[in-house]
Amino acid sequence: MESLLEIRNMSAGYEKKVVLSNVNLTVNPEDFIGVIGPNGGGKTTLLKTMLGLLPPIKGEIVFNESMREGSHHHIGYLPQVNRIDKKFPITVFDVVRSGLMSRKRLVGRYSREENERTADLLQKMGIYALRKKAVGELSGGQLQRVLLCRALVNQPKLLILDEPNTYVDNKFERELYERLRILNKDMAIMLVSHDVGTITSYVKTIACVNRNLHYHPSNKISTEQLAAYECPIQIISHGQIPHTVLLQHDH
Amino acid sequence: MDSLASIFQFGFFQNAFWAALMASITCGLVGTYIVSRRIVFISGGITHASFGGIGLGYFLGINPILGALIFGVLSALGIEFFTRKADVREDSAIAMLWAFGMAIGIIFVYLTPGYAPNLMSYLFGNILTVSAGNLLFMGLITLAVIAFFITFFRMILFVSFDEEFALTNNAPVRLFNLVLISLVALTIVMNIRVVGIILVMSLLTIPQAISNIFTRNFGTMMILSVIFAFIGSMAGLLFSYSFNIPSGASIIFALVILFGILKLGSVGLERLGKNMRLPRV
Ligand SMILES: Nc1ncnc2c1ncn2[C@@H]1O[C@H](COP(=O)(O)OP(=O)(O)OP(=O)(O)O)[C@@H](O)[C@H]1O
Ligand SMILES: [Mg+2]
Repeated sequence: MESLLEIRNMSAGYEKKVVLSNVNLTVNPEDFIGVIGPNGGGKTTLLKTMLGLLPPIKGEIVFNESMREGSHHHIGYLPQVNRIDKKFPITVFDVVRSGLMSRKRLVGRYSREENERTADLLQKMGIYALRKKAVGELSGGQLQRVLLCRALVNQPKLLILDEPNTYVDNKFERELYERLRILNKDMAIMLVSHDVGTITSYVKTIACVNRNLHYHPSNKISTEQLAAYECPIQIISHGQIPHTVLLQHDH
Repeated sequence: MDSLASIFQFGFFQNAFWAALMASITCGLVGTYIVSRRIVFISGGITHASFGGIGLGYFLGINPILGALIFGVLSALGIEFFTRKADVREDSAIAMLWAFGMAIGIIFVYLTPGYAPNLMSYLFGNILTVSAGNLLFMGLITLAVIAFFITFFRMILFVSFDEEFALTNNAPVRLFNLVLISLVALTIVMNIRVVGIILVMSLLTIPQAISNIFTRNFGTMMILSVIFAFIGSMAGLLFSYSFNIPSGASIIFALVILFGILKLGSVGLERLGKNMRLPRV
């Protein structure tokens, strides 16, 4: 199958600072990539560049034809819940359908089809009852589901999540990962997390990001391999996860 | 106190009525944007920077409001530009602009030979002396604000709620930020005549605080804010006329009292019965 996008020899960063260099990565339609790495390693920078929030300093990101067709935007983005201003006067329904804005012209209203699609998605995600609530009235987990709906409503081909587990409790975290596993049947997913122990049981492959990117084409990764990738990460095994797929090297 | 009907026969009162209506519309719409986006402090900076323009107007012998308009819009665009580009701490930069504008204004007013007429009405507002020319100027800005907010309502909500997400969707975020902050400056300057420099920020925030008791919806908050601002301005206008006090002070006084009554009422209602909740619009 054809790839969705290819990052070629890319350097990325900010005006005065190159954070990532020589990044090569191909994202395929069925991928579920776990992005790991130390604090300040450049994970968020990588995602922001892929989302078009930062221009690449060198190299390029080549999007496949299917990612560019029409004015549609084919990347769904789930930001961290804490980035949202919970006091903002906006309802759940308005937040979710704003995910359709990329295909709208500057003026005009939402069509009936778009409103129905929004309602259907809310129903599917089990938050239809919340549609008239303001975002300030939601719990962290509920708000995250709302933001996930916003990212999904335009049927993206790639879903990007930056540390979705940081501000929600364990129950919602598990729920989210299970949901992602189902969503992965329809779209590629890139997930940043510090919680390597947990995500390795959900993702298919791993990208270690620390100034460079090392792609690991499997979800089984050992401490030694992480060291070889110059990706110093503490691996915490979670007892409640039935099968932690981390390979401990035996001596 | 004269009867209400007889007041309306005076020409100045009719002008004041229209000024109050247009002040309410612009402050209701633009104020909701300011409060939702948490740029109250930035707007305060723009307000006080425009006092520099008033001083310059006196000094050069041109209309002080024209000076305020230029200073207001330039400082708005400056804030929008610099807080994004340069490595300045936003709040200190704005505080500096705030003080700098006031300083320029005071210096120019003192340098102007003779007495500065109407200075008090720019500081405290005087809705009762609004002229036909003022009304025309207010009318143009009010039309621009209404047209922009109605036409681009959805996009305004989109870029305001989550700017980064809007950017990932290729929305014209920067353009909208620039236009919106300019409309903020225009609204502030046009309402200086009504409530004065010192109190104009209250007219852009108190009606929203009152609306917030009843709604958490951007659009509804705009409409309710216009209504509450209008109630407050009319009550203030009558106060101002009957007791001969500056309109700015009386309008804000009326609005705060209105807020107090409704807030206490809503808290009281919620205490009274747990099932009895205020209607949420
Ligand atoms: N807006 C910015 N301007 C300049 N430098 C930045 C900016 N944002 C981040 N950086 C720098 O870029 C580097 C990489 O940051 P990035 O946020 O991509 O790391 P990360 O891997 O996401 O870290 P974390 O795990 O803490 O989220 C850091 O050294 C950081 O200081
Ligand atoms: Mg990060």
